[in-house]
Amino acid sequence: MATATLPSIEDIWEWLAQVPDPEIPVISITDLGIIRDVAWDGDTLVVTVTPTYSGCPATTVINLDIERALKEKGLQRVRLERRLSPAWTTDWISAEGRSKLKTYGIAPPVDGTAADVTLLKRLDRLSGRSSLTVGCPRCGSSRTEKISQFGSTACKASYRCSDCLEPFDYFKCI
Amino acid sequence: MGSATVTDTTVDRAVLFEFLLRMGDSTLVLGHRLSEWCGHAPALEEDIALANTALDFIGQTQLWLSLASEVEGKGRSADDLAYLRDARDFRNLLLTERPNGDFGKTLMRQFLFDAWHHLCLGALLGSSDARVAAIAEKASKEVAYHIERSRDLVVRLGDGTAESHARMQEALDDLWPYTGEMFVNEASDVALVAAGVAPPASLKAEWDALVAETLSEATLKKPAEGHMHKGGKRGIHTEHLGYVLAELQFLQRAYPGAPW
Repeated sequence: MATATLPSIEDIWEWLAQVPDPEIPVISITDLGIIRDVAWDGDTLVVTVTPTYSGCPATTVINLDIERALKEKGLQRVRLERRLSPAWTTDWISAEGRSKLKTYGIAPPVDGTAADVTLLKRLDRLSGRSSLTVGCPRCGSSRTEKISQFGSTACKASYRCSDCLEPFDYFKCI
Repeated sequence: MGSATVTDTTVDRAVLFEFLLRMGDSTLVLGHRLSEWCGHAPALEEDIALANTALDFIGQTQLWLSLASEVEGKGRSADDLAYLRDARDFRNLLLTERPNGDFGKTLMRQFLFDAWHHLCLGALLGSSDARVAAIAEKASKEVAYHIERSRDLVVRLGDGTAESHARMQEALDDLWPYTGEMFVNEASDVALVAAGVAPPASLKAEWDALVAETLSEATLKKPAEGHMHKGGKRGIHTEHLGYVLAELQFLQRAYPGAPW
């Protein structure tokens, strides 16, 4: 393999942007913000990935999908590295990713609460002392109610719209 | 995995290994207990919530036990630690191995654990061991949702019907003697606390305050201080852990080395 023909980092980001999330295939792994770095180490490509939830079963599938996608582009030497810190936050989901989630029927995370991991702030929110409005992804109403903090996957909560009455998933802040 | 870097020089590796087992074994055993609810919870949403919480715990177990494996440096993987140790070598809190009981009791156990877990991880964010701090950073985000939910449900069931109130009080009275162990400072803790790796004993005051506030809101009566069971940190367990391990470890015991 000629060393002069290594693909550019920009091209590789483009290729990774084509890899769908296995659970929510409308968004890509770059939309999710879990690819933290792409770099060459000699002729080995190092892709640094951060997990969404520590127990997310999609993590293994994502790693396999990344390796397969890059192999299909002709890259033989790929190394995946896991980075735990800084921990993934839904703040890293791209604007395009949020828009795709909404179109797909999943309310995107509401900005500004992801950093609130302190108990007191969460308890404030729980008891209604702070406002968190999750818009209905179908009709746009802001009259929605939380059914459960846990949904069909670890990253989602279950909500219901009080206007169109449809239940929907909310990609919760973390 | 690449080259394992051991950054700790001030803390004895064996002591750090014990600490990591405590963290990982507690999440492993409680995660298993919660997974027993899968398909049996009183409502679909609760079933899903319990399974999701179990999944978070199993994921956190992988992080803690992987680091334990690296620190031990004897070639035992995280899976080996989870599947091939016997009860005497487990370091989980006794609280986590208590049987599920009814839904209320499971939630009371969860709340008492979550309150400790949340505060403990919060303190570990400042651990002098960067690897411990990184796991705490990841896990604390997940645990923030656990405590939010278990606290809410303890309040709702405690301050609910006469029946739910009575069951929650009974659950609390039954589980309370297993909470003291969270704060027992064994000799090994002292070294870790001194080195800034493990959380300080001041955690107890914060836990007491959080629990007292929640129990008051839930109209539940905090049990009188009395005998507290301990032993989990030294591998002295109740009879229940063996049954948990029999189920948890069956596949690897019957088919050693079986991969997915």
